[in-house]
Amino acid sequence: MWYHKPVIKEELLQSLPNLKIVASSGVGIDHLDLNLLSSYGVKLSNTPFVVSTDTADLGMALMLASSRRLVEGHQMAVSPDTEYFPANWLGAEVSGATLGIVGMGTVGYKVAERAKAFEMKILYHNRNQRNKEEESAVGAIYCKKIDDLLQQSDFVLLSVVLTPQTQKLIGKRELALMKPTATLINISRGLVVDQEALVEALQNKVIKAAALDVTYPEPLPRDHPLLKLKNVIITPHIGSATEKTRRLMMENMMESIQAGLTGLPIPNEVL
Amino acid sequence: RGIRVGYTPDVLTDATAELSVALLLAVCRRLPEAVEQVKNGGWTTWKPLWMCGYGLSDSTVGIIGLGRIGQAVARRLKPFGVKKFLYTGSGPKPESAEEFGAEFVPLTRLAEESDFVVVTCALTPATQGMCNKDFFGRMKKTSVFINTSRGAVVNQEDLYDALAHGQIAAAGLDVTTPEPLPADHPLLSLRNCVVLPHIGSATYATRSTMAVLAANNLLAGLRGEPMPHELLL
Repeated sequence: MWYHKPVIKEELLQSLPNLKIVASSGVGIDHLDLNLLSSYGVKLSNTPFVVSTDTADLGMALMLASSRRLVEGHQMAVSPDTEYFPANWLGAEVSGATLGIVGMGTVGYKVAERAKAFEMKILYHNRNQRNKEEESAVGAIYCKKIDDLLQQSDFVLLSVVLTPQTQKLIGKRELALMKPTATLINISRGLVVDQEALVEALQNKVIKAAALDVTYPEPLPRDHPLLKLKNVIITPHIGSATEKTRRLMMENMMESIQAGLTGLPIPNEVL
Repeated sequence: RGIRVGYTPDVLTDATAELSVALLLAVCRRLPEAVEQVKNGGWTTWKPLWMCGYGLSDSTVGIIGLGRIGQAVARRLKPFGVKKFLYTGSGPKPESAEEFGAEFVPLTRLAEESDFVVVTCALTPATQGMCNKDFFGRMKKTSVFINTSRGAVVNQEDLYDALAHGQIAAAGLDVTTPEPLPADHPLLSLRNCVVLPHIGSATYATRSTMAVLAANNLLAGLRGEPMPHELLL
């Protein structure tokens, strides 16, 4: 399956008695009912790791685009109404700023590696602390309490897995803890953020801006306030969108399917 | 006429390098296009190859002008998994190149082998119009061209042709000739060309520093004293 289609419900599984394996694209499995699949004896695979680099790249791209106001700038440069470029039209520098990474898994760590080259100060919050070598390789400082990270960061980047524990991880309280000059970047899942609280926070300037590759739902309904806010960049879930990576994902899925059909150990099986 | 000139080098290196990388990422991941699709309802369902861009992983990056800004760009691109750095200019700079293992090559080879070309050189009689039909003709069909130096380094008609006929994949320009481009300029009609309004150094911190430096240059000049940064004519 690509993205979330087809939707795996009981009726579908009942109508496919010979289904042996579902190969899901991407690394996230929050759209699947693992208990339901296992009760029908259907195996499941995903495509972790292969998507990590492109997703980390996109996280950086969103942070930079938001901070340096690239989308606005491009619109100004191409607009027929622009007569001159104002000298005091400015953005904020990413270099040397503080980045707080919430979820230091494979993607989060790759973001840290990239951010280090911009001389950013890196804080991270994770279920577990990474070991000393990993931390010092990127200069990352562990924040056991997410509050500490939120209060100190100029950019808060979400790269957690969506689970019942991380649903609405960032709500009204967390947004209020963030600096009024801070930007929220989400490359994880829309449901990690309390979207209504985010809209309110952006409208009331509780935080400065947001850059989201993921929302709930996807796509957002046409009249959603997030689409109208000037300080929000939204991309259509393109974290893994390069031809090379999509091809690799497809190859991974084929390998898993072939193994699943022949009863061999399944690469990237989700247990 | 004996008029002294002060300028503000160095203090804008980081901001400009950062903007160059920001522009490169925005172009290769098609950010402005993607944002537009979200807003205008073009995003309906998700398809595997929709809105795919080009990744930096295992790529070759060619930097035209490995000066302070060029080096700062390379430094920022390195952890994105760039496999090889090439550079060109008036001569090799081994001390600067060593940090990135960058290889000094002629302009033609840089065009032929790079997946990403970043122009960060000064505008001089030698570099004027340097990125022209021959240059773009040698570049890969899948390559991305980024210019944050000066508009005049690029032959804009040739760039338009290259983009319109698929000789290169996409371009990002922070600088053009003139600035702004006239509203009906053909480059502005291309979906695979991202133009920015010369914002390389446009951050609060950097512009403040530039302003103070410029003022100090001016005051020193008026007093007949040595300037912090004088352009020797």
